[in-house]
Amino acid sequence: MIVPLAETLRLSLFTETDQVRSFVGLGNFKTLFGDPRWAQSFWNALWNNTYFFLIHMLVQNPTGIGLAALLSLPRLRARSFYRTAIFMPTMLSFVVVGFVWKLILSPLWGVAPSLLAAIGLKFLFGPWLGQETTALTALSLVSVWQYVGIPMMLIYAALLSIPDELIEAAECDGVTGMAQFWKIKLPLVLPSIGLVSILTFVANFNAFDLIYVSQGALAGPNFATDILGTFLYRTFFGHQLQLGDQHMGATIATVMFLIILTVVSFYLLVIQRRMRRYQF
Amino acid sequence: MGQAPILRMRRSVVHLLLGGYTLVALAPVILIIMNSFKNRKSIFGQPLLPPGAGSVSLIGYETVLKQGDFLGYFQNSLIVTVGSIFFILLFGAMAAFALTEYRFRGNIFLGLFLALGVMVPIRLGTVAILEMMARSGLVNSLTALILVYTAQGLPLAVFVLSEFMRTVSNDLKNAGRVDGLSEYVVFFRLVLPVVRPAMATVAIFSMIPIWNDLWFPLILAPAESTKTITLGTQVFIGQFVTNWNAVLAALTLSITPALILYLLFSRQLIRGITAGAVK
Repeated sequence: MIVPLAETLRLSLFTETDQVRSFVGLGNFKTLFGDPRWAQSFWNALWNNTYFFLIHMLVQNPTGIGLAALLSLPRLRARSFYRTAIFMPTMLSFVVVGFVWKLILSPLWGVAPSLLAAIGLKFLFGPWLGQETTALTALSLVSVWQYVGIPMMLIYAALLSIPDELIEAAECDGVTGMAQFWKIKLPLVLPSIGLVSILTFVANFNAFDLIYVSQGALAGPNFATDILGTFLYRTFFGHQLQLGDQHMGATIATVMFLIILTVVSFYLLVIQRRMRRYQF
Repeated sequence: MGQAPILRMRRSVVHLLLGGYTLVALAPVILIIMNSFKNRKSIFGQPLLPPGAGSVSLIGYETVLKQGDFLGYFQNSLIVTVGSIFFILLFGAMAAFALTEYRFRGNIFLGLFLALGVMVPIRLGTVAILEMMARSGLVNSLTALILVYTAQGLPLAVFVLSEFMRTVSNDLKNAGRVDGLSEYVVFFRLVLPVVRPAMATVAIFSMIPIWNDLWFPLILAPAESTKTITLGTQVFIGQFVTNWNAVLAALTLSITPALILYLLFSRQLIRGITAGAVK
């Protein structure tokens, strides 16, 4: 596993002209950040990727925590049914998820508009996946729909591992319901929330399939949904407008690697160490 | 008195919320499956109604089975997934055993290295992997996919399995050694059966991303004879965009195996996630 990665890092320092590979040091990185055409695509992809990640953090994780909190309530009926059903989309492949939502949101079919009309919100409908302003948000929400099961399960497990005595003690002190959740349970599952966040980060900065399936390698409309994964694919394999360039591809992969490595080590070394853990 | 109605109301709010989200999670899939059995007119006319007497049609499935080699794709996916899982479990268990059982130089380094492998995705090495595969002539072969997926799945497998191997009692292993069993026999006959539940968890965990992966099949094995079902569906739907019957049928065909596997193993899977997180 380390060999391909190291080889990729090495390749990023070379370039090829007329089939001769030559060493250029950090030249490729200079091109990526310095050449306006490359830099523009790169920053666009990075920004979109960040936005994609923020939506996940703001929608997916709170929803997951909320669902987990409801699921872990004592004496809940049909618990395993809910659990199984809500986790189901996570099992589906991106291809299926991408196309399913593409069909549902398609103005041609009209399922989404007629559903909105049923609750009196028809005016809200638009060709979301086709508009530059809404495409990325729509796709992020589709991805949230697919992956909400993972934070739900991890937080659910953390909530279950809180010992009963603690909850009983809280109840004796009159801390119940919402207050109990905010003051007792949430601080106790904070390490799990941290773990979920870092997993979300790594997954999001590697995402590719969903965008590729629903918008193609060009990540349209007008690169509005271009994230690092699709940018890498396009650079490496080329597309209508340019030839594939494996050295620039390797450069982008290296930058992605550095971004992920930085954030993960920052999390492991700085945040995780400061987090308070409670031993039961 | 007075407490019970409030409690009951709270209960129903909880069920309303959970049930509402369950609907959000299931409805899109049900919608697709339902409409794949209808004729073109009622797909557009009444998309929300289940197939009835006048609207049933299997034309989509006929097109799919005639045009695409779905059985072949399915077989490829199965070979790749089963092959990778086998190697992941075999090597993963061996490595985990070595890491937990023996003290040797580089032990800690190897452990850290594997932890890095959990965090950093192998996808970033694609450029070099493709070059390696091209040089060894493995492009467009299922072997290439199995190799890559084994490498991809190993770190997590070792990580989880060594957690479990630590819990296997030393007395058991030492008793075996006193009886003159070799290290291999100790490993295969004594340790493996004890950690079987953990192996099942790892298998299911590694299976999902392998079965669903689009990136490596697209890059390493895009030929017709080696397409996996994920890639096959993607290409097929790309060609038949306007034939709604066929698209819906193809989607249903690729949803179904995943769904069946999930329903069969969901209990084990969920238990695996919850057990892993508690640790």
